[in-house]
Amino acid sequence: MNGVGIIKGLIETARNLAGSYHDKERLTTVRYPEETLPPVENARTIPFLVYDGGDAAAGLRCTACTICEKECPPQCIYIVKDMAKKPDYLGKMQLHPKVFDIDISVCMSCGICVEVCPFDAIKMDQVFELSTDDRFGGLLWGIKQLAKPNDYFQKLHRTEASEIDARREEDKSKSQAAAAAKAAGPAPAAKPPPSANKGAAA
Amino acid sequence: MTTLQSQSAAEEAAGGHQLLEVSMGPQHPSTHGVFRMDVALDGETVVRLKPVFGYLHRNHEKIGEKCSYLGSMPYTDRLDYICSLTNNWGYALTVEKLAGLAAPERAEYIRVILAELTRLINHSCLAGFLLQDMGAAGTPLMYAFREREKILDLFESLTGARMMCDYMRFGGCRCDLPPGWIEQARRVVARYPRFLDEFEALLTGNEIVRARTEGVGVLSAQLAVNAGITGPMLRASGVNYDIRKVDRYGVYGRMDFRVPMGERGDTFDRYMIRILEMRESLKILEQALRDLPGGPILDPKAKLRNLRPKAGEAYGRIEGPKGELGFYVISDGGPNPYRYRIRPPSLINLTILEDMCLGGTIADAVVILGSVDIVLGEVDR
Repeated sequence: MNGVGIIKGLIETARNLAGSYHDKERLTTVRYPEETLPPVENARTIPFLVYDGGDAAAGLRCTACTICEKECPPQCIYIVKDMAKKPDYLGKMQLHPKVFDIDISVCMSCGICVEVCPFDAIKMDQVFELSTDDRFGGLLWGIKQLAKPNDYFQKLHRTEASEIDARREEDKSKSQAAAAAKAAGPAPAAKPPPSANKGAAA
Repeated sequence: MTTLQSQSAAEEAAGGHQLLEVSMGPQHPSTHGVFRMDVALDGETVVRLKPVFGYLHRNHEKIGEKCSYLGSMPYTDRLDYICSLTNNWGYALTVEKLAGLAAPERAEYIRVILAELTRLINHSCLAGFLLQDMGAAGTPLMYAFREREKILDLFESLTGARMMCDYMRFGGCRCDLPPGWIEQARRVVARYPRFLDEFEALLTGNEIVRARTEGVGVLSAQLAVNAGITGPMLRASGVNYDIRKVDRYGVYGRMDFRVPMGERGDTFDRYMIRILEMRESLKILEQALRDLPGGPILDPKAKLRNLRPKAGEAYGRIEGPKGELGFYVISDGGPNPYRYRIRPPSLINLTILEDMCLGGTIADAVVILGSVDIVLGEVDR
């Protein structure tokens, strides 16, 4: 009880104060509204819908399968299917969403919709300045606000987006080859005679 | 805030004096969130203390019974929002038991690394808040938050979120470590002892800290065991019980670490035990980062959607930073649990608050509450 401990502690605070001027380890903050740190690649805030090409209405990857709507834990996604089918990137006829709303005030940024989506159509955005004075329309985002081009996705999550693009490119060339083979006539491999089938099984 | 009320029974206990009843909270800065203490005072001495909680009740368990198994995972982040990754682990462990899944070795190592980083965050925050409650306004807490920030950066680059990580999955983890993550983690771990040394130089020897904590809020080993106290609070009372050593879940069986224990069970021991545990966590982290094997991070049998475990029940528990965190899940074979129950360490450690505070002063009650280490998200659920 002689105050030595307090003086030692004060030396420590003095060292931290002086250190904060030259040591990056001791000063980790930035002045937020003026400066912002660049988001890391994996960062996630709210979902967005990816579209290919230049037209959001035509190139939307979403097929309104409603898996994300069912899996979303806080139930913030609302989808209405458009029954008119449109061809997707493989030429298959698919449904499209007429309405795709996300209540961003309910969304808790868990990213489960992204994990369950089999079409790589919904991905996580990195915007975070979402406050608005319109608490109804301003927080219920429709296709118009949610649809973002693939280039934007490439910019945010470069590694993941490149993988997806490569896979889609491969699928596309495969399906084109299959379509070309089909157009050329009945392929021998597609309809093997019963005897050849038996041989393969043996 | 203060009301004069006649409390006949307590007054008699206090020898016929009129008692002053103080309602501390639910928005009092010393009560760690929306927690209320009904304290009856005789002069400055606490003669009765009633903890009141439920202000942050969010129906977590009922939501868990309505959601799919996967859907509950992000909600577990929000139980104890300082340590979301250990909550994830506890829940994943339980459902893995229920569904017969096993995480691959790499995933187990990643889980150990993340859990120990979470323990560092929790204990440094706790030490900061405890000192804040004692009146060391700002400085220790800001130093602790500065170090926490570096670990949160690690979490963000791996899981995408700083606090609500939602990272673990049944049978493994959601995604693999990004390139450069291990090096960054090693740097953080290597720098951490310097922070602990400074923090201890700042506080452990400080005469005011010692006067406020030594002999204050003594919890006997017997009472701690009888009340079901777990975690650092139990070990501060001198009971050697750490689920990492008892159950050896994950790969803790391969790690070489000691379990620090206190002697007197007072607030100073509870503070010190956290500092010593952080040093042990750093040892575990060094070993885990060194031995991290390659390979897959998800059990090939694991299903993301439509998980329907066979009818049965499972209780999984881990050594969370605050104590034994248990999840109890009953399945009836459907897509969502039939019953989903949590054993929250914060709530159960809080039950003996009155026993520790009686006979002390009102100022001590604040310090004792700080040393219990509660997060109201977990207490109220």
